[in-house]
Amino acid sequence: MRETPLSNCERQFLLKAIEEKKRLDGRQTYDYRNIKITFGTDYGCCVVDVGKTRVLAQVSCELVAPKDNRPTEGIMFINLELSPMASPAFESGRQSELHVTLNRLLERCLRNSKCLDTESLCVVSGEKVWKIRIDVHVLNHDGNIMDAASIAAITALCHFRRPDVGIQGEEVTIYTPEERDLIPLSIYHMPVSVSFSFFQQGTFLLVDPCEREERVMDGLLVIAMNKHREICSIQSSGGIMLLKEQVLRCSKIASVKVCEITELINKALENDRKVRKEGGKFGFAESMAKERITALKSEIAPVEMIDIEEKAEDIICRTGAPCDTVPSPVVRAPGTGQVGEGLQNAWGLDEMEEEEEEEEDDIEQGGPEKQPESETITSKKGDVVVISDSEEEEVVILHQGVEVKDFREEMSSGQKQATSASKKKKKKRKLAH
Amino acid sequence: MPWKNAHVFSPSTFYVDRVCYTKILPQETPGNCIMRVPLDNKADKVICGPGLRRNGDEVLVCKSGILRHKPPNLYWIDSIQKRYVPAKGESVIGIVTVKSGDVFKVDVGGSEQASLSYLAFEGATKRNRPNVQVGDLVYAQFTIANKDMEPELVCIDSCGRANGMGVFGADGLLFKVSLGLVRRLLAPQSDIVKDLEKTFPFEMVVGMNGRVWVRARTAQQTLIVANLLESCENMTTQQRQALFRRVADRVT
Repeated sequence: MRETPLSNCERQFLLKAIEEKKRLDGRQTYDYRNIKITFGTDYGCCVVDVGKTRVLAQVSCELVAPKDNRPTEGIMFINLELSPMASPAFESGRQSELHVTLNRLLERCLRNSKCLDTESLCVVSGEKVWKIRIDVHVLNHDGNIMDAASIAAITALCHFRRPDVGIQGEEVTIYTPEERDLIPLSIYHMPVSVSFSFFQQGTFLLVDPCEREERVMDGLLVIAMNKHREICSIQSSGGIMLLKEQVLRCSKIASVKVCEITELINKALENDRKVRKEGGKFGFAESMAKERITALKSEIAPVEMIDIEEKAEDIICRTGAPCDTVPSPVVRAPGTGQVGEGLQNAWGLDEMEEEEEEEEDDIEQGGPEKQPESETITSKKGDVVVISDSEEEEVVILHQGVEVKDFREEMSSGQKQATSASKKKKKKRKLAH
Repeated sequence: MPWKNAHVFSPSTFYVDRVCYTKILPQETPGNCIMRVPLDNKADKVICGPGLRRNGDEVLVCKSGILRHKPPNLYWIDSIQKRYVPAKGESVIGIVTVKSGDVFKVDVGGSEQASLSYLAFEGATKRNRPNVQVGDLVYAQFTIANKDMEPELVCIDSCGRANGMGVFGADGLLFKVSLGLVRRLLAPQSDIVKDLEKTFPFEMVVGMNGRVWVRARTAQQTLIVANLLESCENMTTQQRQALFRRVADRVT
């Protein structure tokens, strides 16, 4: 698809507004848009939103043979993908100039700054080392992909845990997550890049340009720094002439911004660590705001609790005997399972009400064996749905999508990079919800 | 295309203060006639608007949304959409992309670029060409817009007069909103426009392809109007009025 062209009046207006120090969304010259960092259920998966620009990073690891000239060092591989999902300007397949530029910038920012200790990734010198692979996917392009990608990449690296390895003489054992806890990578520092866009031949400067500002800018300066004020990489593109004072001023602004962003990253990592340790729910579904129009879950419906015991006993007396149940899921062939199909409907409703229940109650799902004793629903429309106090079965209320997540967690134990591609696809699908 | 066997109606005449029915999903009435039309003696034909398709004797729903009715005999489905599909008779804002020979290629946000002949302007002759540059905004109407042919635009009406169409747009700001909001803005007694008028004076051009152009006295005010319109998409009436009132108080 072709991208919408920029009209002359838009360009003139934007430049005029920038001369008056006004930005499209009301920000100040040095303001960043809202940065939001969320983590998935897997270690090493994170989504970063900078305003409307959204980027997903996934880190995975694999044991490979090291490079010949560096037998004691691990390998770090960085890849950034621009898919047409992000913007109609991006074409799949062909590597555009922007794609190459972003990849090079990200590689320089992470690899040349030596933020990751590659010596610690060595397992058997000359034979087996860990290859850490960082895949960054741009999900929505609203300007300044570089900053979002660098934040996502370094956050994902800090979040990632690799399997523990034990060496006894000649034998190398890789422990599954159940045997030994996964260990984090050893990161020395966190380089974050900050983008400055220049207008009117370098007279005006804006930090964190949005997509329309990027289209009218003259040049771009990207400075990658860490919070210790060490510049990791610096690149100026667009062919504008920058004065020394301008570059120094930009680096001072960058150091302030990088400190703020690093604090935000650390806070996000800390929150996620706390939630995982306490056993709470984590993952993308939890971090989505529930009040938005696009929220998946319906509101919690209030349930009448008056006279509940009598009603419960009444219902239990009235229900018929449960039908035969099948322990679920039935595995028909490797890779396929069958749940509940072909059995008699144990809910006891006629068709119309079943549809209503399905519409309202996305939250509650139960396998066939949980239905007969624990949940019985009357056929009258006006009655309240009551979950009885039976102690035989534990009523597990599953949220949409968690079933899939649980499966994947079991799968991912002991498996390596081979499944990271399918993991990414599932993440993308969940996000597309 | 629902327009094939129906009268062409300029959607700017739709207004939604009539009776609305329940939401209809396309699969709900497979092959069944969805409505019992109260046949007035005035009109013995039913006009199907967007979202409805005639299939012989029956009328089928092909989009999900709310069924609207404008008496005596006009029915259509109000659906939520952001992607524009060109339709004959609609007035849109286009951006000129290519100027080649006798035609301009104009981007209207659809799957194809529309063509606009240089003679389709008021007072244009072969010697007297209109002053249109690449990147200009034009407000034009579709003469041909179906799925089989390249869409065509003109900047004159059937009498040869411009009637508000043509090149415009020095100094203002162009932005994109959803098609539903555009229809609400174009409705004859639109609440949103009335509320917006109370804030400060500004000019506005609304294209049916979801593009809106505004210009106010200063760049700051233009930005405010643009942001207000983009944000009042999903607000209730009270929220919107409260927001506009706050802005009007700050400005004055």
